[in-house]
Amino acid sequence: MTATVRVIGELCLPAGLVLLLFYAYLLWGTGAETEREQRVLQRRLGEVFLRHEGRTGPAAVRPGDALALLRIPRLGAGYRFAVVEGVGPDELRRGPGHYPGTALPGQVGNFVLSGHRTTYAAPFNRIDRLQRGDDIMVDAWDARYTYQVTRKEVVDPGEVDVVDPVPGHPGQRPTTAYMTMTTCHPKFSAAQRLVVQSVLVRREERRD
Amino acid sequence: MYRFLWRLLPGGAALRLTIAVLLTGGAVAALWYVVFPWLAPRLPIG
Repeated sequence: MTATVRVIGELCLPAGLVLLLFYAYLLWGTGAETEREQRVLQRRLGEVFLRHEGRTGPAAVRPGDALALLRIPRLGAGYRFAVVEGVGPDELRRGPGHYPGTALPGQVGNFVLSGHRTTYAAPFNRIDRLQRGDDIMVDAWDARYTYQVTRKEVVDPGEVDVVDPVPGHPGQRPTTAYMTMTTCHPKFSAAQRLVVQSVLVRREERRD
Repeated sequence: MYRFLWRLLPGGAALRLTIAVLLTGGAVAALWYVVFPWLAPRLPIG
Protein backbone atom coordinates (compact mmCIF):
# COMPACT_ATOMS: atom_id res chain seq x y z
CA MET A 1 0.00 0.00 0.00
CA THR A 2 2.65 2.48 1.06
CA ALA A 3 4.78 1.42 -1.91
CA THR A 4 1.87 1.96 -4.32
CA VAL A 5 1.17 5.40 -2.92
CA ARG A 6 4.85 6.25 -3.20
CA VAL A 7 5.06 5.16 -6.83
CA ILE A 8 1.93 7.17 -7.67
CA GLY A 9 3.45 10.16 -5.93
CA GLU A 10 6.69 9.72 -7.82
CA LEU A 11 4.84 9.45 -11.13
CA CYS A 12 3.25 12.85 -10.51
CA LEU A 13 6.57 14.56 -11.11
CA PRO A 14 7.15 13.28 -14.68
CA ALA A 15 3.42 13.69 -15.43
CA GLY A 16 3.61 17.33 -14.38
CA LEU A 17 6.72 17.84 -16.48
CA VAL A 18 5.00 16.33 -19.52
CA LEU A 19 2.06 18.70 -19.04
CA LEU A 20 4.43 21.66 -18.76
CA LEU A 21 6.19 20.51 -21.91
CA PHE A 22 2.84 20.25 -23.72
CA TYR A 23 1.95 23.76 -22.60
CA ALA A 24 5.28 24.98 -23.96
CA TYR A 25 4.51 23.17 -27.21
CA LEU A 26 1.13 24.88 -27.50
CA LEU A 27 2.69 28.27 -26.85
CA TRP A 28 5.78 28.04 -29.02
CA GLY A 29 5.87 24.76 -30.92
CA THR A 30 2.58 25.28 -32.75
CA GLY A 31 3.48 28.86 -33.63
CA ALA A 32 6.80 27.80 -35.13
CA GLU A 33 5.01 25.11 -37.14
CA THR A 34 2.53 27.60 -38.60
CA GLU A 35 5.22 30.16 -39.37
CA ARG A 36 7.16 27.52 -41.28
CA GLU A 37 4.04 26.57 -43.25
CA GLN A 38 3.19 30.23 -43.86
CA ARG A 39 6.62 30.97 -45.36
CA VAL A 40 6.07 28.21 -47.91
CA LEU A 41 2.44 29.17 -48.60
CA GLN A 42 3.20 32.87 -49.05
CA ARG A 43 6.09 32.14 -51.38
CA ARG A 44 3.90 29.85 -53.44
CA LEU A 45 1.14 32.44 -53.49
CA GLY A 46 3.64 35.03 -54.72
CA GLU A 47 4.65 32.72 -57.56
CA VAL A 48 1.04 32.10 -58.52
CA PHE A 49 0.35 35.86 -58.50
CA LEU A 50 3.46 36.55 -60.55
CA ARG A 51 2.49 34.09 -63.26
CA HIS A 52 -1.13 35.27 -63.14
CA GLU A 53 -2.03 31.65 -62.79
CA GLY A 54 -5.59 30.84 -61.99
CA ARG A 55 -6.95 33.70 -64.08
CA THR A 56 -9.40 31.13 -65.22
CA GLY A 57 -10.60 30.66 -61.66
CA PRO A 58 -9.68 28.96 -58.44
CA ALA A 59 -11.24 25.63 -59.33
CA ALA A 60 -7.85 24.00 -58.92
CA VAL A 61 -7.42 25.09 -55.30
CA ARG A 62 -7.26 21.98 -53.17
CA PRO A 63 -7.71 21.76 -49.40
CA GLY A 64 -4.60 23.10 -47.71
CA ASP A 65 -3.58 25.19 -50.74
CA ALA A 66 -3.08 28.93 -50.39
CA LEU A 67 -6.04 30.91 -51.68
CA ALA A 68 -5.35 34.55 -50.87
CA LEU A 69 -3.22 36.86 -48.78
CA LEU A 70 -4.91 38.54 -45.83
CA ARG A 71 -3.70 41.86 -44.43
CA ILE A 72 -5.22 43.96 -41.65
CA PRO A 73 -3.51 47.32 -41.03
CA ARG A 74 -5.19 47.74 -37.62
CA LEU A 75 -3.33 44.66 -36.42
CA GLY A 76 0.04 45.96 -37.58
CA ALA A 77 1.87 46.73 -40.81
CA GLY A 78 3.46 43.29 -40.72
CA TYR A 79 0.19 41.44 -40.29
CA ARG A 80 -0.13 39.09 -43.24
CA PHE A 81 -1.38 35.55 -43.48
CA ALA A 82 -1.85 33.25 -46.41
CA VAL A 83 -5.43 31.97 -46.31
CA VAL A 84 -5.74 28.26 -47.05
CA GLU A 85 -8.67 26.36 -48.50
CA GLY A 86 -10.49 24.31 -45.85
CA VAL A 87 -11.21 24.61 -42.13
CA GLY A 88 -10.24 21.17 -40.79
CA PRO A 89 -7.59 20.80 -38.08
CA ASP A 90 -4.95 20.08 -40.71
CA GLU A 91 -5.75 23.23 -42.68
CA LEU A 92 -6.07 25.57 -39.69
CA ARG A 93 -2.67 24.34 -38.57
CA ARG A 94 -1.26 26.13 -41.61
CA GLY A 95 -3.16 29.40 -41.35
CA PRO A 96 -6.64 30.92 -41.43
CA GLY A 97 -8.94 28.78 -43.58
CA HIS A 98 -11.67 29.49 -46.11
CA TYR A 99 -14.95 27.59 -45.62
CA PRO A 100 -15.26 25.50 -48.80
CA GLY A 101 -18.37 26.36 -50.72
CA THR A 102 -18.69 29.90 -49.42
CA ALA A 103 -17.96 32.86 -51.70
CA LEU A 104 -14.45 33.48 -52.98
CA PRO A 105 -12.66 36.80 -52.38
CA GLY A 106 -14.62 39.63 -53.95
CA GLN A 107 -17.55 37.46 -55.00
CA VAL A 108 -21.13 38.29 -54.16
CA GLY A 109 -22.08 36.21 -51.15
CA ASN A 110 -20.16 35.54 -47.97
CA PHE A 111 -16.39 34.94 -47.99
CA VAL A 112 -16.05 33.05 -44.71
CA LEU A 113 -12.78 32.55 -42.87
CA SER A 114 -11.98 30.67 -39.69
CA GLY A 115 -8.74 31.00 -37.75
CA HIS A 116 -7.10 30.10 -34.48
CA ARG A 117 -7.51 32.57 -31.63
CA THR A 118 -4.63 31.02 -29.69
CA THR A 119 -1.89 28.55 -30.69
CA TYR A 120 -0.69 27.96 -34.26
CA ALA A 121 0.55 31.54 -34.61
CA ALA A 122 -2.97 32.67 -33.56
CA PRO A 123 -3.88 34.56 -36.76
CA PHE A 124 -7.21 35.77 -35.35
CA ASN A 125 -5.97 36.42 -31.80
CA ARG A 126 -6.61 40.16 -31.91
CA ILE A 127 -9.55 40.49 -34.27
CA ASP A 128 -11.56 41.64 -31.24
CA ARG A 129 -9.66 44.94 -31.60
CA LEU A 130 -11.11 45.61 -35.03
CA GLN A 131 -13.44 48.54 -35.16
CA ARG A 132 -16.24 49.55 -37.47
CA GLY A 133 -14.76 50.95 -40.67
CA ASP A 134 -11.39 49.20 -40.38
CA ASP A 135 -9.93 47.92 -43.65
CA ILE A 136 -9.31 44.26 -44.33
CA MET A 137 -7.30 43.63 -47.47
CA VAL A 138 -7.52 40.40 -49.38
CA ASP A 139 -5.10 39.85 -52.24
CA ALA A 140 -6.57 37.22 -54.52
CA TRP A 141 -5.38 35.84 -57.83
CA ASP A 142 -7.32 38.40 -59.83
CA ALA A 143 -7.35 41.58 -57.73
CA ARG A 144 -7.01 43.21 -54.36
CA TYR A 145 -10.25 43.39 -52.46
CA THR A 146 -10.77 45.73 -49.53
CA TYR A 147 -13.49 44.96 -47.04
CA GLN A 148 -14.62 47.27 -44.26
CA VAL A 149 -15.65 46.03 -40.84
CA THR A 150 -19.34 46.50 -40.15
CA ARG A 151 -19.95 44.58 -36.94
CA LYS A 152 -18.46 42.36 -34.30
CA GLU A 153 -20.31 39.90 -32.11
CA VAL A 154 -19.97 36.87 -29.88
CA VAL A 155 -22.27 33.96 -30.73
CA ASP A 156 -22.79 30.35 -29.67
CA PRO A 157 -21.13 27.69 -31.84
CA GLY A 158 -24.59 26.58 -33.03
CA GLU A 159 -25.52 29.96 -34.48
CA VAL A 160 -24.32 29.16 -37.95
CA ASP A 161 -26.38 31.78 -39.79
CA VAL A 162 -23.41 34.18 -39.50
CA VAL A 163 -21.84 32.22 -42.35
CA ASP A 164 -24.91 32.36 -44.61
CA PRO A 165 -24.56 34.08 -48.03
CA VAL A 166 -26.37 37.02 -46.42
CA PRO A 167 -25.04 36.88 -42.85
CA GLY A 168 -27.87 36.39 -40.37
CA HIS A 169 -30.52 35.90 -43.06
CA PRO A 170 -30.71 32.22 -43.97
CA GLY A 171 -32.10 31.50 -47.39
CA GLN A 172 -31.83 35.06 -48.67
CA ARG A 173 -30.20 35.63 -52.05
CA PRO A 174 -27.11 37.85 -51.72
CA THR A 175 -26.51 40.98 -53.80
CA THR A 176 -23.48 42.20 -51.86
CA ALA A 177 -20.01 40.77 -51.23
CA TYR A 178 -19.61 40.10 -47.52
CA MET A 179 -16.74 38.68 -45.55
CA THR A 180 -17.00 36.93 -42.19
CA MET A 181 -14.14 36.02 -39.89
CA THR A 182 -14.83 33.55 -37.10
CA THR A 183 -12.62 32.44 -34.25
CA CYS A 184 -12.87 30.96 -30.78
CA HIS A 185 -14.00 32.92 -27.77
CA PRO A 186 -12.97 33.39 -25.02
CA LYS A 187 -9.27 32.85 -25.60
CA PHE A 188 -8.02 29.30 -24.94
CA SER A 189 -11.57 28.00 -25.11
CA ALA A 190 -14.10 26.98 -27.74
CA ALA A 191 -17.24 27.76 -25.74
CA GLN A 192 -18.31 30.59 -28.05
CA ARG A 193 -17.38 32.18 -31.35
CA LEU A 194 -16.17 35.69 -32.01
CA VAL A 195 -17.46 36.89 -35.36
CA VAL A 196 -16.31 39.91 -37.35
CA GLN A 197 -18.46 40.89 -40.34
CA SER A 198 -17.30 43.15 -43.14
CA VAL A 199 -18.46 44.25 -46.54
CA LEU A 200 -16.60 44.79 -49.82
CA VAL A 201 -15.88 48.45 -50.53
CA ARG A 202 -13.11 48.41 -53.14
CA ARG A 203 -11.64 46.31 -55.91
CA GLU A 204 -8.31 47.35 -57.40
CA GLU A 205 -5.36 45.98 -59.30
CA ARG A 206 -2.94 44.12 -57.11
CA ARG A 207 0.37 45.90 -56.64
CA ASP A 208 2.91 43.18 -55.89
CA MET B 1 10.96 3.99 -8.14
CA TYR B 2 13.75 6.20 -9.42
CA ARG B 3 16.29 4.24 -7.41
CA PHE B 4 14.91 1.03 -8.91
CA LEU B 5 15.18 2.41 -12.46
CA TRP B 6 18.66 3.65 -11.73
CA ARG B 7 19.73 0.14 -10.65
CA LEU B 8 18.19 -1.27 -13.81
CA LEU B 9 20.64 0.70 -15.97
CA PRO B 10 23.92 -1.05 -16.79
CA GLY B 11 27.46 0.20 -16.17
CA GLY B 12 28.95 2.65 -13.74
CA ALA B 13 27.53 5.98 -12.62
CA ALA B 14 28.82 7.87 -15.67
CA LEU B 15 27.38 5.41 -18.18
CA ARG B 16 24.09 5.23 -16.28
CA LEU B 17 23.81 8.99 -16.27
CA THR B 18 24.52 9.14 -20.02
CA ILE B 19 21.90 6.50 -20.77
CA ALA B 20 19.38 8.21 -18.50
CA VAL B 21 19.91 11.57 -20.23
CA LEU B 22 19.63 9.98 -23.68
CA LEU B 23 16.44 8.12 -22.79
CA THR B 24 14.88 11.26 -21.33
CA GLY B 25 15.89 13.28 -24.39
CA GLY B 26 14.40 10.63 -26.66
CA ALA B 27 11.14 10.67 -24.75
CA VAL B 28 10.98 14.49 -24.91
CA ALA B 29 11.70 14.46 -28.66
CA ALA B 30 9.03 11.81 -29.27
CA LEU B 31 6.51 13.87 -27.33
CA TRP B 32 7.43 17.16 -29.03
CA TYR B 33 7.65 15.94 -32.61
CA VAL B 34 5.17 13.06 -32.72
CA VAL B 35 2.69 12.95 -29.84
CA PHE B 36 2.02 16.68 -29.36
CA PRO B 37 1.57 17.56 -33.05
CA TRP B 38 -0.96 14.74 -33.26
CA LEU B 39 -2.75 15.66 -30.05
CA ALA B 40 -2.84 19.46 -30.25
CA PRO B 41 -5.26 19.89 -33.21
CA ARG B 42 -7.71 17.51 -31.51
CA LEU B 43 -8.13 19.63 -28.42
CA PRO B 44 -11.08 21.99 -28.16
CA ILE B 45 -8.96 25.10 -27.86
CA GLY B 46 -9.23 27.84 -30.42
